[in-house]
Amino acid sequence: MEKVGLNLEATELRLGLPGSADEHDEKLSSCSYSSSSSSSVVIRSNKRSSPEESIDDEEELKSNKRTMISHHNDDQDKNVPPSKAQVVVGWPPIRSYRKNNGVQQQQQEQKKKGEEVYVKVSMAGAPYLRKIDLNFYNTYQQLLLALENMFNCTFGEYSEREGYNGSEFAPTYEDKDGDWMLVGDVPWNMFISSCKRLRIVKESEAKGLGCL
Amino acid sequence: MECCNKRRMMKESPESNFMNRRGSSCFPDEVLERVIGMLKSRKDRSSVSLVCKEWYNAERWSRRNVFIGNCYSVSPEILTRRFPNIRSVTLKGKPRFSDFNLVPANWGADIHFWLVVFAKKYPFLEELRLKRMTVTDESLKFLARSFPNFKAISLQNCDGFSTDGLAAIAADCKNLTELDIQENVIDDKNDNWLTCFPESFTSLEVLNFSILHNDVNFDALEKLVTRCKSLKTLKLNKSITLEQLQRLLFRAPQLCELGTGSFSQELTTQQYSELESAFSNCKNLNTLSGLWVVTPQYLPVLYPACANLTFLNFSYAPLDSDDIAKLLVHCANIRRLWVVDTIEDKGLEAVGTHCPLLEELRVFPADPFAEGDARGVTDSGFIAVSQGCRNLHYVLYFCRHMTNAAVATVVQNCPDFTHFRLCIMNPGQPDYRTSEPMDEAFGAVVKTCSKLQRLAISGLLTDLTFEYIGKYAKNLETLSVAFAGSSDWGMQCVLEGCPKLRKLEIRDCPFGNAALLSGLEKYESMRSLWMSDCKVTMNGCRLLAKEMPRLNVEVIKEDGSDDSQAERVYVYRSVAGPRRDAPSFVLTL
Repeated sequence: MEKVGLNLEATELRLGLPGSADEHDEKLSSCSYSSSSSSSVVIRSNKRSSPEESIDDEEELKSNKRTMISHHNDDQDKNVPPSKAQVVVGWPPIRSYRKNNGVQQQQQEQKKKGEEVYVKVSMAGAPYLRKIDLNFYNTYQQLLLALENMFNCTFGEYSEREGYNGSEFAPTYEDKDGDWMLVGDVPWNMFISSCKRLRIVKESEAKGLGCL
Repeated sequence: MECCNKRRMMKESPESNFMNRRGSSCFPDEVLERVIGMLKSRKDRSSVSLVCKEWYNAERWSRRNVFIGNCYSVSPEILTRRFPNIRSVTLKGKPRFSDFNLVPANWGADIHFWLVVFAKKYPFLEELRLKRMTVTDESLKFLARSFPNFKAISLQNCDGFSTDGLAAIAADCKNLTELDIQENVIDDKNDNWLTCFPESFTSLEVLNFSILHNDVNFDALEKLVTRCKSLKTLKLNKSITLEQLQRLLFRAPQLCELGTGSFSQELTTQQYSELESAFSNCKNLNTLSGLWVVTPQYLPVLYPACANLTFLNFSYAPLDSDDIAKLLVHCANIRRLWVVDTIEDKGLEAVGTHCPLLEELRVFPADPFAEGDARGVTDSGFIAVSQGCRNLHYVLYFCRHMTNAAVATVVQNCPDFTHFRLCIMNPGQPDYRTSEPMDEAFGAVVKTCSKLQRLAISGLLTDLTFEYIGKYAKNLETLSVAFAGSSDWGMQCVLEGCPKLRKLEIRDCPFGNAALLSGLEKYESMRSLWMSDCKVTMNGCRLLAKEMPRLNVEVIKEDGSDDSQAERVYVYRSVAGPRRDAPSFVLTL
C-alpha cells in the first residue's frame, strides 16, 4: 500500500498517452464511494476518447493525485464523501459538444480570437508612456500587480466607498465615452471592452475623481 | 416522447365481427391498408400487426416511417423485407454513454451499409434521422446521388463527416426541405458549402448549422434565405453577427424557430433599433436559441418577440440572475426553458414567478469541474421553480449538492413528472444538511410521480433507492445510474420490479454477476443494458450469452486490462444475430 502514498508513476512525465501504464497501479489508487463499490474511479487511457476530447496531461496528473487523496479518506471513514469534485472520465455527464463549446470555452475563445487589446498607460511625471495588453490578464488583481511592477508604485486597498486608499497612486482609465473612470468599479469583462487607455494618477488627483 | 393516438375503433366491435369469419376479413386489402395506414403511433401499429395475418400484411404495406432505437437490433435486409414502402427512417446507433467518452472511437454504428440496402429497396426514401451514428462524407455523397425524392436529413450526435458531405447534400438534393445538423463531431473545412445550393433551389424549410465553427459565406446564406419562402427554422452559428442577423430576419420574418449567431457586437443606435424592429416583425417566432457570446445590454431587442415564445434555449448563454429576470418578465408563455446555472437560485426564482406555464426545465453547469465555492444552483432554486411552475413534468438539473427534503418538496408541488434527471455533480455526495444518503429523495420521486418514465439518479445512494424504484416506479422506461448502490440486491430490485423498463445504463456501481444474471428473462423485453466499471466478470457475461442466445452480449475490452473482468458490457436484443462489423476491441460472447 506504500505505492498509494508515493505513486511516482502518476507524477512521472512521459511522452506516452496518459494512463496507458500499469492498470494495477491505477486500481490501487482508485477510490470507493460506498463500502463495497468497485475500484474504477480512475482516469482511463485516452484510447477511449476521440482526439479532440483527450484529457491533457496536467489534468490527468492533478486528478490522479485527487483520487489518491480520496482513497485515503475513504479508508478512514467510509461515509465521508470526497471533499473535491473528482475528475472522472465522462463525469459529470455532459456531452462533449457542450463541454467544448460551453461558457468557459467561449470566454477563452473570445480572448484568443486575436484580441490583443493593447492600451497606452501613462503616469504623471514619467518621461514616456507604456503599453500593455489587457487581454493578457484575467482579473483586476493581476492587472494592478503588473502596473505596480511596471511603474514601481503601489495602489493600496480598493474599496467601493473610497477608491484606492492608503498609497500614493491610483489607476484610472478613459472609457468609450471619453470619461476618466476609476479602475475596479465595473466587472472585469465590461472594463476590458470599454477601456481605451490607462493613467496612473497621484492619489490626491484620484480623490478628486471619487468625489464627483 | 411519442404521443399515443389510440384509435379505439380498431380494437372494438368491427374486429370481433369479421374476426369470427374464419380466414377472411370483410374488408378488401386496399381498404384495410388505407385504414391501418392512418395509424401514426408505433405502439398502435405494433399491436395491430399482431392481430392476424391480414392485418400484419396491411400494416407492413401501409407503413411509411420506421424507428429503430438500436441499429444493431435488426439488419437492413430484415427491415426492408418486412416493410417495403418506407419513406422515413430514424436510426439510433451507439449506446448513450458514448456521449460521455465511455465508448471508444470506431465502435461502429456506421450508416453506410444501411444506405446501400436502402438505395436498392427504398429508392423513394425521403427522410433520414440519425442519432449517434457514424456518417462519412462518402455516405452523404452516396445518399445525395441515390434518392431523387430525398427531403430531410437530421444528424444528431453523429461523427465522421465534414462540410464536404454537406456540400454534396446541398448540391444534389433538389427537393431538400430539411438540413439539421446538431451537436455532431464535424470537420468544418470552411469551404463555402452553402454556395452549393443551386440558384433554382427554393424548398428549404429547416436549416440548422449552429455547430459549425468557421465563417459561412454570408452572401450565399442571405440569398438562400431570401429565395426559400417556406423557411421556418433557421439556426445560425457563432460567425453570424448581429448586423447579419438583422438582415436575415428582414428577409425571413415568417420564421418560427430561430437560433441566433453571436449576440455581441458593437451596435450603433440605428443598428440597435433596426434589430429590435426586425424582432418585432417576427410574429411567428416560438423558439429561440443560440445567443453565443451574449452582451446582456442587447437582450432587450428580443423583448418584442418574447410574448409568443414557447421554447427558450439559452444553454450556451451565461446570463446572470438579473438579465434572465428582466427577460422572463416578457416570456409568460414559455413551456420549455434551457439555461446555464450562472442564473443561480435568484434566476430560478424569477422563472417560478414569471413562467407559470413551464413544463420543461434544463439547467446546465457553466463550470462542471470547478472546485471549492463554485456558484450555481442549489436546492432552494429547485424548490422556487416547483412552487411557481406546477405543470413542470421534465427536469434536468445539474447542481453541486441537494437535500432529501428539497426533492420531496419539489415532487409534492409537481407530482406529474415524467422525466426526472438530477445530477449532483460530486459523485457520492450525501444530503448536505443531514449527511444522509439521498435515498429518500428518489424514494419521494418514485412514490409521488406515478407517471415517471425516465429517471437519472446521483449522489450518495444505497440499495434502498433501488428498492424504492423497484417497488414504485411502475411506468419507468429508462434508468441511468452512476456511483450508486451497495450490493447486487439493488440492481435486482429494479430488474424484478419495473415492468416497463427498456433502457438501463449503469456505471461505476458495485453490481456483479448475480445482479447481471438476475435479469436473464428481462433483457429480451428491453432495448438494452449498459454496465461499465461494475463488478461483472467475463464468466458472468459468457453465462448470460449462453442462456440467452437471442441477446447480443458484447464486452468492450481495453488493452492491458484484467482478462477476467468485463469492464464495459453492452447487452441488447437482436433479430440480426451478432454484429458482423465489430472492431477488435468488441467481443461478442
